[in-house]
Amino acid sequence: MGVVQKAPPRSSRNHPHPSPQGGGDTRCVLGIRRMTPRTPLIDLKGWIFLAVLAAFCLAVPVLNLAVPEGSGLHVPTYLVSLFGKYLAYALLAVSLDLVWGYCGILSLGHGAFFALGGYAMGLYLMRQIGSRGVYGNPVLPDFMVFLNYKALPWYWYGFDHFAFAALMVLLVPGLLAFVFGWLAFRSRVTGVYLSIITQALTYALMLAFFRNDMGLGGNNGLTDFKDLLGFSVQAQGFRVGIFVATGVALALGYLIARIMTVSAYGKILIAVRDAESRTRFLGYRPEHFKTLAFTVSAMMAGVAGALYVPQVGIINPGEFAPTNSIETVIWVAVGGRGTLVGAALGAVLVNYAKTVLTGAMPDAWLFALGALFVVVTLFLPRGLVGTAIERLGSRRAAAKLPPEPEIAPERVEQGQGA
Amino acid sequence: MLRLLCLLFLLLAAPALAQTADPYGQLAGDGYAEIEAGVSGLAASGDPRADAILAALSDGRLLASPDKTLLIRQGNAVVDAKTGAPAADSPDLKPVRANNRVRRAIEAARGQLDLANADPAKRRAAADAVFKARDAAALPALDAALARETNPGVRQALTEARAAVLLAKPGTAEADRIAAIPAIQARGDGDAMGILRGLAADPSDAVRAASARGIAAIETRLAILGALQNVWYGISLGSVLLLAAIGLAITFGVMGVINMAHGEMVMLGAYTTYLVQELIRTKAPALFGWSLAISIPCAFLVAGLMGVLIERFIIRFLYGRPLETLLATFGVSLALQQGVRSIFGPTNREVGAPAFMSGAFDFYGLSITWGRMWIIAFAMAVFLGLLFVLRKTSFGLKTRAVTQNRRMAAAMGIRTPYVDALTFGLGSGIAGIAGVALSQIDNVSPNLGQGYIIDSFLVVVFGGVGNLWGTLVAALTLGIVNKLAEPYIGAVLAKIGLLIFIILFIQKRPRGLFALKGRAVES
Repeated sequence: MGVVQKAPPRSSRNHPHPSPQGGGDTRCVLGIRRMTPRTPLIDLKGWIFLAVLAAFCLAVPVLNLAVPEGSGLHVPTYLVSLFGKYLAYALLAVSLDLVWGYCGILSLGHGAFFALGGYAMGLYLMRQIGSRGVYGNPVLPDFMVFLNYKALPWYWYGFDHFAFAALMVLLVPGLLAFVFGWLAFRSRVTGVYLSIITQALTYALMLAFFRNDMGLGGNNGLTDFKDLLGFSVQAQGFRVGIFVATGVALALGYLIARIMTVSAYGKILIAVRDAESRTRFLGYRPEHFKTLAFTVSAMMAGVAGALYVPQVGIINPGEFAPTNSIETVIWVAVGGRGTLVGAALGAVLVNYAKTVLTGAMPDAWLFALGALFVVVTLFLPRGLVGTAIERLGSRRAAAKLPPEPEIAPERVEQGQGA
Repeated sequence: MLRLLCLLFLLLAAPALAQTADPYGQLAGDGYAEIEAGVSGLAASGDPRADAILAALSDGRLLASPDKTLLIRQGNAVVDAKTGAPAADSPDLKPVRANNRVRRAIEAARGQLDLANADPAKRRAAADAVFKARDAAALPALDAALARETNPGVRQALTEARAAVLLAKPGTAEADRIAAIPAIQARGDGDAMGILRGLAADPSDAVRAASARGIAAIETRLAILGALQNVWYGISLGSVLLLAAIGLAITFGVMGVINMAHGEMVMLGAYTTYLVQELIRTKAPALFGWSLAISIPCAFLVAGLMGVLIERFIIRFLYGRPLETLLATFGVSLALQQGVRSIFGPTNREVGAPAFMSGAFDFYGLSITWGRMWIIAFAMAVFLGLLFVLRKTSFGLKTRAVTQNRRMAAAMGIRTPYVDALTFGLGSGIAGIAGVALSQIDNVSPNLGQGYIIDSFLVVVFGGVGNLWGTLVAALTLGIVNKLAEPYIGAVLAKIGLLIFIILFIQKRPRGLFALKGRAVES
């Protein structure tokens, strides 16, 4: 760890959040620039990922819209939505990888942020129904008429504007993550304790959203959507459009995560992951770094949820189920933690397998998923992408890989006591 | 009833009829009115054979001979009603008839007779029946019973019944009504409250004031009782949480890993109970009362063995990577759930309760079910047993050494992998035992474990690891707080509130209530 040679690190009190781009000042203070080669923003696997994603986002709409239905190359509209769903999951996986792979925060509650973003979008879509509902009430959604609501609850205000809803998609998960993360990280809740608390968080939200009194559709959730920004959510054109939008969001999410992780900020994030106490003794405030990463990640998950809801046509409290969040973790683990690209790949692969298996042998899916958890953790700890990079033996690529995260010195220290 | 009493007075008062006031004669008489009078007379007479005669009358086994002697048919034989001596059967015997009014009289009379029964429980039940019926006709019998009653409990019930009757009867003097109120107030339950509320329209100010005071006193009492009842439910919930969480606390304490399949160990224990009961039902029905006792070691072995297998084949290879252990054990939990679902089906399985687990008893106004009582006792027994194992055995010593400082323990010659496997087996086995208890109060389904796992985690986080007392205090606290909050904010909000409380709590004490101290623990 010969990075700190020139100047003692500045107290992070003055620098709670170095800019993600990594201002020259911070880099200079750290000495990172001198000692380690600069990591390119988009490396080889990043270029491959973006290229494949772009090709996919071009090919699917063309094959859906331009190729006639009888043709063998035609992609039916339901498949477009299915692929769009995979891409939304991939964005969720990237957001989780940002905190788990680079910050050591194993969040078992990321599904909560996803669902909150989905609910924010769902509220907007419900307000767009207007008087086309079964009861024809111009203001109140059907379930509220059914439950004898007299007026719209205050937290529904504003959701008839798309801009407000879009803001809430970011703000609600972000704010929850900020408060929760700040409380948890400040009191140095780490490791399994943190995982359990995040799981309890999503569990509590699930219980809350299941209540009818909550005014958010209770058990049945929000559904029967009609249109978004004036486009009918059933229309083929809309389906293709939101598919492409999800692809673009995934690319942006990847880039944001990449910017955050290759910058000086990202280096400290990784330092926090590998040896939190040591980073603290060097003068940084790990809770600030972690809270920022956690908040950004939650916002990204919220966007993924918001893009997911119009494509599947429903959002209900089941999305908060702790199992969903843990499934997200396995996507990241399968693809490769700390690679971002791997997270997206894992999400698509696992969900494709789920679609195929639950269709062919419904009973076998949980066995397969269970086995996947065990096999990946035992035999493929770096995931598909991580292992592939390792195998390729590229020294440059290997240098960029995070070291064996869990066997970092701090973990061993913890292993003694906790 | 009133009419009946008046009739009785009339009959007693009328000298012309005095000779027939003998109830035996009246019962053998012709008219229903006369028979009815006979029933009341018999009840008031205190005759020891009265109950048998009235029972015979209501069953249609009471016979009257032409010379007006009463006889009772017992099977094929006939006995004299008055003496019980055998008598000759004859075709002339006619059954004494009863219409609805007579039947009502019989019921009231038998109720009063029970007031003189030799069994205190019967006397008490009769007094309670009078309390509920508030029948003014029972007053003389109540007074008579009060005069001879020696059992304090029954005396109390009789006093309450008498007070209730006095308050219900029109024309009771004001002083008597006021005097009756404290007796009702002493009873202090919902019925008493109902009686006192009924006095709100009483013409007398003093009575109304006394009853208002009585109502206030009863309300306070009921509120305290309600709180105590909730505390009891809380202890019950807490002991269930304790059972579910204690195994988790041990494995987490020793190995620093969270076993996500812990809930499935509980489920395996419950299904083992189901299998044991099925086996007993088909092979040895006589043993059914012992089914739970037999299930306990079976469940311990099944779940414990599964735990050792998981440790040996999965967790061992993930040492030092607690988060990945969490994921791998979650995979195991998914597979176990689906496995049980494939074998036993997704629906709930019926697990029976042995006789000693069913029923309830009253404890100073608290209703306590035997099932919960036994589960609490069982949880405490498991807790003490575990405490003994950890404190007094060589295995426990090694376990504690590994918990406190794994490297140092290894340096002292303790085979830590061996301790790990056994600890994991022990923790899982205890989860299996918890499953036996939970099979009695919850649905035995593949999802059984999931319902408890998050609560168990919270108990462990709250209580701190490596300390059984911490788990005990945390489980009971969470259980009681949950149940106390439930009536005010509902079950779901209570749970959410508890969760927020724990998140805030770990701000203050990140390692739980009873954190281990020492350098090794600091990280």
